[in-house]
Amino acid sequence: MTIESDSDKDLETQIAEWRAYMRRRRAVHGTDVDELEDHLRTTVADLVEAGLRPEEAFLIAVKRLGNLDDLSQEFARVHSERLWKQLVLSGAPDAPAPAGSRSDLLIALGCAAAAAISIKVPELFGRDLDNDGGFYLRNVSLFALVPLAAYFAYRRRVGVASICVMVVLFALGAVGANAYPLAEDSQSIVLTAIHLPLALWLVVGLAYVGGDWRPDVKWMDFIRFTGEWLIYYVLIALGGGILVGVTVNVFRAIGIDVTGFVEAWLVPCGAVGAVVVAAWLVEAKQSVIENMAPVLTRVFTPLFTAALLAFLVTLLGAGKIIDVERDVLILFDLLLVVVLGLLLYAISARDPGIRPGLFDWLQLALAISAALIDVLVLLAITGRITEWGTTPNRAAALGENLVLIANLAWTAFLLAGFIRHRRPFEHLERWQIRYIAVYAAWAWTVVLVFPPVFGFF
Amino acid sequence: MRVTKDLVAASATPMVLGILAQGESYGYAILKRVTEMSGGELAWTDGLLYPLLHRLERLGHIESSWHSPPGGRRRKYYRITAQGRAELAEQRRQWTTVVDALETIWHTAGVATGRTATAGGAA
Repeated sequence: MTIESDSDKDLETQIAEWRAYMRRRRAVHGTDVDELEDHLRTTVADLVEAGLRPEEAFLIAVKRLGNLDDLSQEFARVHSERLWKQLVLSGAPDAPAPAGSRSDLLIALGCAAAAAISIKVPELFGRDLDNDGGFYLRNVSLFALVPLAAYFAYRRRVGVASICVMVVLFALGAVGANAYPLAEDSQSIVLTAIHLPLALWLVVGLAYVGGDWRPDVKWMDFIRFTGEWLIYYVLIALGGGILVGVTVNVFRAIGIDVTGFVEAWLVPCGAVGAVVVAAWLVEAKQSVIENMAPVLTRVFTPLFTAALLAFLVTLLGAGKIIDVERDVLILFDLLLVVVLGLLLYAISARDPGIRPGLFDWLQLALAISAALIDVLVLLAITGRITEWGTTPNRAAALGENLVLIANLAWTAFLLAGFIRHRRPFEHLERWQIRYIAVYAAWAWTVVLVFPPVFGFF
Repeated sequence: MRVTKDLVAASATPMVLGILAQGESYGYAILKRVTEMSGGELAWTDGLLYPLLHRLERLGHIESSWHSPPGGRRRKYYRITAQGRAELAEQRRQWTTVVDALETIWHTAGVATGRTATAGGAA
């Protein structure tokens, strides 16, 4: 009897050790370990009944579960949102060099330096920041994003064919930004300055996913990356602002004015260099911190839903229509983009295995109210166009709202289906991944097609 | 004779769906059924069943829920959905096509199909 209870205790310690070992694998979550433990215990019980001693039974049961590396890799493959935190799977044959290694840091710093230097090169050809702001406004995304794409092309070992595609796209962007004879004060310059970064950011995405342009879960990782990158960039910008303030003031204290240096060198070089540095930080720190974008999404989804609903109720209650001032319309566009971002990051971070809950209802409310507001904005824009004719700004606003409303409406439809258990969560994910192509098409259209269509106005 | 890895992987989905179509079940019981039905010749690595179950759940073919009997350990049960039944019917159609084609080929080639058949398939 004593022998048996001893071996029972042994079995419990062995299972506890096995659990601790399993828990260390990020792709395998707590409930998965529970499920596997249940399997392990049932196997042990069966084998003991067949006459084996508990320790022997445990060994066999563990062996039958299979190689733990294979197992956690399979789990990671099914649950790619977990994988995001741990991109480097142990034993994966084509695993990239871990970010944070010395060589990776050097490459990142090299790309950041290339970005910082490239933004000063045009000055050699007489284009300086003070007198030629329009040139920098149109091209800044090229200076910042080409080195970033190069960094990812290196990290992901992107193939030659994909690199050629990216080079062509960047060249196309440069042509779109510079080849058209646009006046300094034309609307198209501003539109290009807004849309070219988006178009080129998706080219960076192509490098990020390793040159695979098919709609694939890897693009969801790129969406996750974008959110984290933005947060890191804002943090770096805040720190940079403090650095600039302190530097200028300590030099002023000793009677030396460094604002010229700060404005001409520190700020522009720092701003484009930080693009690569932020990306490197996301890559290197991804496993160290929890992702921030989903956390912010959780906080702000209820608040934005409340704000939008309050706005809609007030609007409909007072029987007003949205004022057709141009500034207000841009504000609404921005609001809808933020809403879409909230939906996107909630989707990217959601564990598809969890049943629909309160938060999904909130998201549905958010999507529907945003779509309704979008309808009102669309009415206002079409009113403006029929009354005053088409301008690049109005056409762009109209197109953006169409792109947004199509996504919001279909997202709301898919969310409703998911909440009513009619369709799996995966459909939502897949829809958002496919829709990236629409953003790309639209951004390139504005950059390349709008200026000639509107007579370079 | 052991069934090769590729064949095991290809047949795993219809088998799991087929077993769940007969009623709610859990991982260990599913594996036991597979072993029983194949006379022990289909050897699955036990652990790999679970990622497969999770994938099928993600695709909406099956649903899961935790049951905890009073005084017992909680256990995760899986149940097939309407979509899963449709998928099973589709897989069944495909497998029947493959099996029929193979039967015809073996029949016309005159290759013995019993356990005593040697590899190579000499006519």
